[in-house]
Amino acid sequence: MKKLLILALLSSSVFAGKTLDAIKKRGNLKCGVSTGLPGFSFPDSKGNWKGIDVDFCKALSIAVFGNASRVKYVSLNAQQRFTALQSGEIDVLSRNTTNTLTRDTSTGLNFTTPLYYDGQAFMVRKKSGITSAKQLNGASVCTQQGTTTELNVSDYFRANRMKLKPVVFESNDEVVQSFVKGRCDALTTDASGLASERSKFKNPEDFVILPEIISKEPLAPAVRQGDDEWFDIVKWTMFALIQAEELGLNSKNVDSFKKSKDPRIKRFLGRTPGVGKSIGLDEKWAYNVVKLLGNYGEIYEANIGINSPLKLKRGLNSLWTDGGLMYSPPFR
Amino acid sequence: MFNLLRDEKKRALLIQASGLFLVLAIFGYLFHNTQLNLEKQNIATGFGFFELEAGFDIGEALVEYWSDDTYLKALWVGVLNTLKVSILGNIFAVTLGVLIGLGHLSNNWLVKKLCRSYIEIVRNIPLLLQLFFWYALLTEALPAVKQAMEILPSVYLSNRGLNIPFPVNTANYGFSLFGFIVALIIFFFMERKRDLKQIETGVAKPLWEKLNYTIFLIPILIWALTGASTEFEIPKLVGFNFNGGYTLTPEFTALFVGLVIYTAAFNAEITRAGIQSISKGQWEAAHSLGLSQRDTVKIVILPQALRVMIPPLTSQVLNLTKNSSLAVAIGYPDFVSIANTTMNQTGQAVECVFMIMIVYLTFSLLTSIFMNWFNKKFALVER
Amino acid sequence: MIQSFINDFPKWLKKNLFNTPVNSVISIFILALLWKAIEKIFLWLLVNSVWTGTAATCRQADGFCFPFLFEKVRFIIYGFYPDGQLWRPTLAMLLLFGTLFYSRIPERWTKKLVYTWFGFFTLFFWLMRGGLGLPIVTNDKWGGLPLTLMLATIGIIFSYPLGIVLALLRRSNLKILKTLSVLYIELIRGVPLISVLFMSSVMFPLFLPEGVNFDKLLRAQIAIILFVSAYMAEVIRGGLASIDKGQYEAAHTLGLSYFDTMRLIIVPQAIRIVIPPTVNTAIGMFKDTSLVLIIALFDLLNTTKTALRDPEWLGFSLEAYVFVGLIYFVFCYVMSKYSQGLESEFGMKER
Repeated sequence: MKKLLILALLSSSVFAGKTLDAIKKRGNLKCGVSTGLPGFSFPDSKGNWKGIDVDFCKALSIAVFGNASRVKYVSLNAQQRFTALQSGEIDVLSRNTTNTLTRDTSTGLNFTTPLYYDGQAFMVRKKSGITSAKQLNGASVCTQQGTTTELNVSDYFRANRMKLKPVVFESNDEVVQSFVKGRCDALTTDASGLASERSKFKNPEDFVILPEIISKEPLAPAVRQGDDEWFDIVKWTMFALIQAEELGLNSKNVDSFKKSKDPRIKRFLGRTPGVGKSIGLDEKWAYNVVKLLGNYGEIYEANIGINSPLKLKRGLNSLWTDGGLMYSPPFR
Repeated sequence: MFNLLRDEKKRALLIQASGLFLVLAIFGYLFHNTQLNLEKQNIATGFGFFELEAGFDIGEALVEYWSDDTYLKALWVGVLNTLKVSILGNIFAVTLGVLIGLGHLSNNWLVKKLCRSYIEIVRNIPLLLQLFFWYALLTEALPAVKQAMEILPSVYLSNRGLNIPFPVNTANYGFSLFGFIVALIIFFFMERKRDLKQIETGVAKPLWEKLNYTIFLIPILIWALTGASTEFEIPKLVGFNFNGGYTLTPEFTALFVGLVIYTAAFNAEITRAGIQSISKGQWEAAHSLGLSQRDTVKIVILPQALRVMIPPLTSQVLNLTKNSSLAVAIGYPDFVSIANTTMNQTGQAVECVFMIMIVYLTFSLLTSIFMNWFNKKFALVER
Repeated sequence: MIQSFINDFPKWLKKNLFNTPVNSVISIFILALLWKAIEKIFLWLLVNSVWTGTAATCRQADGFCFPFLFEKVRFIIYGFYPDGQLWRPTLAMLLLFGTLFYSRIPERWTKKLVYTWFGFFTLFFWLMRGGLGLPIVTNDKWGGLPLTLMLATIGIIFSYPLGIVLALLRRSNLKILKTLSVLYIELIRGVPLISVLFMSSVMFPLFLPEGVNFDKLLRAQIAIILFVSAYMAEVIRGGLASIDKGQYEAAHTLGLSYFDTMRLIIVPQAIRIVIPPTVNTAIGMFKDTSLVLIIALFDLLNTTKTALRDPEWLGFSLEAYVFVGLIYFVFCYVMSKYSQGLESEFGMKER
């Protein structure tokens, strides 16, 4: 009896397969997102997820299924995000997560190419009269528990011989709420995050973001270690978004390039076979992503760009041709 | 085979062996999986991270702590913070609980109903909700730090907490506090001895016994001998925050108040039940012996009630300690909160959750041992 | 009638409020305090309160902001559940209340009740999840009150049999199994629920073989069941201990096996005795389900917190907390009254 039970338990492990096969068999992609950060991943009033992280999930869904709706969003707090990926609860973590050496090595994750290059900054009240982070000696600073921001702010204050009074919360909401209520003098997180939070405030003009950027925060999607096939798909889906922008392809004009003679475009859109077969996807996967979702610039502008509530300039996230860091290896 | 099943002893052995085997098999299986998963996903294991630099700051600590200290030190800070809120919380929760429990038995209708409503309301609302409520109240209703209220001379209240003056010569006051605790214990024993004597001989306490109170001169004497310092550090608004003195942060205060108010309701109910379990005859007998109400409660009722009260009180003391782990939701750096940060920074969930469990089990065990000792010493001796 | 009241009232006052000088002082003090408090609450809730308008109207006024509640009550109660399907969780909850109400009388606790509950759960999950003609709503969209009620109800029902087994083992003379049971019970009771939830949230996935995993909700539910079963075991053990030795001996002389003795004689009696403390454990657990907020499940308390962070409606936490506090209170209060009722009913029979 008990032997049977153990056998039954053991046999269930036989089904463990590769990530891509599992996704195809399941019929949906499980994408880990935040518990709510406007512009990146945030449920709108109807409960639909929106944001650049969410759009990346959609791009993956299109690449695999040719359809943006095959995504199941799993909202995770900072504590759960790595375990959820490690355990296979999600297939990809697209949740404004900073790539660091420790995380990339000893937590069992593999970070792909950054979706957004960020840096940590401080936000203060305008009427406090502070203009530089160097004036924050002795300030109470609200920050989120278990993030790289918590470590960076400690480093920064230590490096500048300033005294820090951290007020640390488990959830991002609690952090922001406490800052708004005046529990802290400054709020620190990624500059984009600060802009995102400020956009939600009742009176955004009462708050200023200080100019100092105190850290590098390459926010990148991550997958489990040990599945190179899936790692490649996630990595190259990101590159496809950048490549499309480089080539001048977007969701509106991509069909007009169907007859283009440019060999790069022919390869990219799958008219010259190769880009699909080598990665284990449909030949038209890159075309589908651009057609159904858009290129990197489009996604950026729609969610966090200058015309969105977040009003973030492209900056480091411009194409390399415009002096930014967004650069795709050749599709060939 | 059937003989084996018919023999009761052998059957019992068989059941036990298979039960044990099943449990071991399940554990072995889970352990095996965990090991395999950790290895496969290249997740670090072991407690090597104890020696690494923690890298994060902690808002309030009882020992000096810097962000370049190790994780082990950071966790120790967490343990001390948990102990701080649990010990203080329990002292206040038991005191308030007993008072409200007695109030519930008052012959004043208003007092009775007020205590009843308190118990009913507080017990029927989740603690976490109450904590959020207190925290919101402390941070929303109180003024900003620049407009801090000076409620007493040099005592400031704002949404950054309560800032009070603190003695500069801490050793001096520490010794004196220690002396006070010793004096309190001695006083307690002397009072008991006298009560027992009264029970035995029936002779009411002689007036000179009031001299017992002189024991409380001890702490004052200690204070005078070890320095008699009167210098206090006064909180001052420097830059962003108050500096100097002692700060009770809103996080600590919300957690403390929430825990005390919640647990006191349960303690009050225990006190009420304990006292009501004593039969009416005991009261009447004591009264007819000419004992005053106060002496009746003290000598006759409370010792008997205590016997009923201590086991449930023990579990409330434990509950408060365990509930202090909700600190993580309102930003007080207790042990769970710091273990949680450690978990996030190192990615070693198994080790951190394991540690949380061990630490709380240790607390539970120590509390149980202490309460059992207390129970034996004070509740059963009376028989 | 009125006349006698007017006559007796001063006497009652004198007896209950002003019987001694000290009591008189206390009474007057409390009355003054009460008057102040009631005046404040009255002003806040009824006079200065805002009934229509927007957040701006509320900010100008100094009272309870009802528009906030009207706007957010849908999200607080139902969470992410899709619009237009809200009748489903509503009906599911009504069914739950109905089944609970039906089960309140001890005489009805027969096999039939087990089937009733089985039928109820089938209906409940069909309504919540969909299928068979209803659109599917996956459980990442469940939230608010139905989720809280579900976690609590399933937690109680499943932890009960587990608790009985643990309690029986703890009282048995099978040394090894007894030790295991004691270890389990004391281990669980020694740690906070939050650590068990953490375990379900971040450790449990590592226990399973690669590729096999349960979703967050199920894991949290399992954690709650495992946690509560230790407390249930202790409650039931109390019941088992209170059963007269003669019962065991009588059963033994009748030639009943251990299993039959327990099943037919001891356990049914013990369960009846421990119903009131069981309900108390259930109340505790109902309140404790709010802790799943910490592992990012959208229960009633978490939907409230989410509603509070809407930038449009920042700063109405008092309204929100009073509202959900009231919901929790009503459920817990009804349960505790029920438990007290049973207690006195059982007490009567024994006398």
